Amino acid sequence: MHITEILFWILTALALFSALMVVSSDNPVHSVLWLILVFMAITGHYILMNAQFLAIVNMIVYAGAIMVLFLFVIMFMNLNKDSEPQKSVWLRLAAVVSGGSLLLILVAALKDNGGYINSMKGEGSIGLIKNLGNTLFTEYVVPFEISSILFLSAMVGAVVLGKKESSTPAA
Amino acid sequence: MEMLAIDLSLGLEKLLLIGGIISFSLLVAMYTTYGERKIAAWMQDRRGPNRAGPFGLLQPAADGLKLFFKEEIIPLTSNRMLFVLGPALAMITAMLTSAVIPWGPTIEVFGRQVSLQIADVNIGILYIFGVVSMGVYGIMIGGWASNNKFSLMAAVRGASQIISYELAMGLSLIALLMLTGTLSLKSIVAQQMTGGWNIIYQPLGFLIFLICVFAECNRTPFDLPEAENELNFGYHQEYSSMKLGLYLFAEYVNMFISSAVVATLFFGGYDIPFVDEAALAANIGVNATAALGFAALFSKILFFLFLFIWVRWTIPRFRYDQLMDLGWKKLIPLALANMLITAVVVLWLNK
Repeated sequence: MHITEILFWILTALALFSALMVVSSDNPVHSVLWLILVFMAITGHYILMNAQFLAIVNMIVYAGAIMVLFLFVIMFMNLNKDSEPQKSVWLRLAAVVSGGSLLLILVAALKDNGGYINSMKGEGSIGLIKNLGNTLFTEYVVPFEISSILFLSAMVGAVVLGKKESSTPAA
Repeated sequence: MEMLAIDLSLGLEKLLLIGGIISFSLLVAMYTTYGERKIAAWMQDRRGPNRAGPFGLLQPAADGLKLFFKEEIIPLTSNRMLFVLGPALAMITAMLTSAVIPWGPTIEVFGRQVSLQIADVNIGILYIFGVVSMGVYGIMIGGWASNNKFSLMAAVRGASQIISYELAMGLSLIALLMLTGTLSLKSIVAQQMTGGWNIIYQPLGFLIFLICVFAECNRTPFDLPEAENELNFGYHQEYSSMKLGLYLFAEYVNMFISSAVVATLFFGGYDIPFVDEAALAANIGVNATAALGFAALFSKILFFLFLFIWVRWTIPRFRYDQLMDLGWKKLIPLALANMLITAVVVLWLNK
């Protein structure tokens, strides 16, 4: 087996195992830590596809920043089994049905991939920062700018919400 | 299998390089603790460590041995696995950054061209950011697993501080990257060899970057996560023996690597000032030039290590709101302005 193939299977096994552990571990802090491991494995996959920029951004933004915020919240709330209210049977059933139908759609979408997966084998160069930058700022410049405005408005919204909370004097 | 065979000598070379760089960083970190104590003593008109060996030079070894022989205590209510994982992560992430720093020009060993850089990836600087953002977890996991309120508070402080200052750090670097046009640290050093050091073009960017580096390393005046008069001992309060040692040691390794990054980005890396390296290499050989280049880099690193220590024993600690104020309301706007001005100037010069 080629070295990249070996790495691919190791990373895949790691990602799947960690993803299962995210769902099944009792402690929410452990879940977050397993989720970080999932992101790391996916970062590895990106590197195998020669998409170095995507890989590192995935690591900085998802594994680095967003997961830290998750950890913040969970550590402060100190969630554990006793404090978590038991969900009703109907709610659980609804969760199973919606999760199952999502899985069905994902499998159906990926089953007929049209040779897409074979084209992602390592030698592509679109993920390198130079090509990605060129594509983003020429071909896709309008969607890129619009999404950045979306982010900006989300940020402003968050600040406004945060301000509202603190301006009311504490009794 | 064929591919593995070809890469064997390359792998061996890289393995030796990694081993060399890691042991070198550990050695330097060890003697930075000694330097810290000696310089602190000098500034406070004391003698500092002077009992173990000549001039107290064996003091770091004695400290290390002491830490190893102390009793390991794992609090009963703590999460055992995460408690051990915390310091290990802190140390690993401190070490990982050294992979993309060019420690010197290419040398020749037995007719082979050996690059003194572990990996010249084309995302060099971003890799450093990625690893630095992982460094938060060492603190957070350790602080949370200790199951101690002070530790948790300190861990959250540390993490929010590191995230906040990462922003200003990234923005100050964008201005630099606009000038260099590359993310690879090796190319950045090569550009500085011919075009002058980046500190000339980016003085404000350098200042912001340096402040953020201090914050990322949890050094005074940003050492709130271990503010002993507010939080007892900070996120490593429950730690003892070598696990505590790893946390303390990771700080010094971080200082060393950050100094190397600052020297590489803004002070020419292994560039010997006022010397034409190509002519020198023709005169005294490639390897001797590489050695001199490494010496130049190392003296720059030593200067920054001294700066770290100097600041620690001069400036008192910030209050927490002052820290956040400085990060969000002063450094980020400044870095944004610096970025805009640089962009305008670059566009104007190109036209």
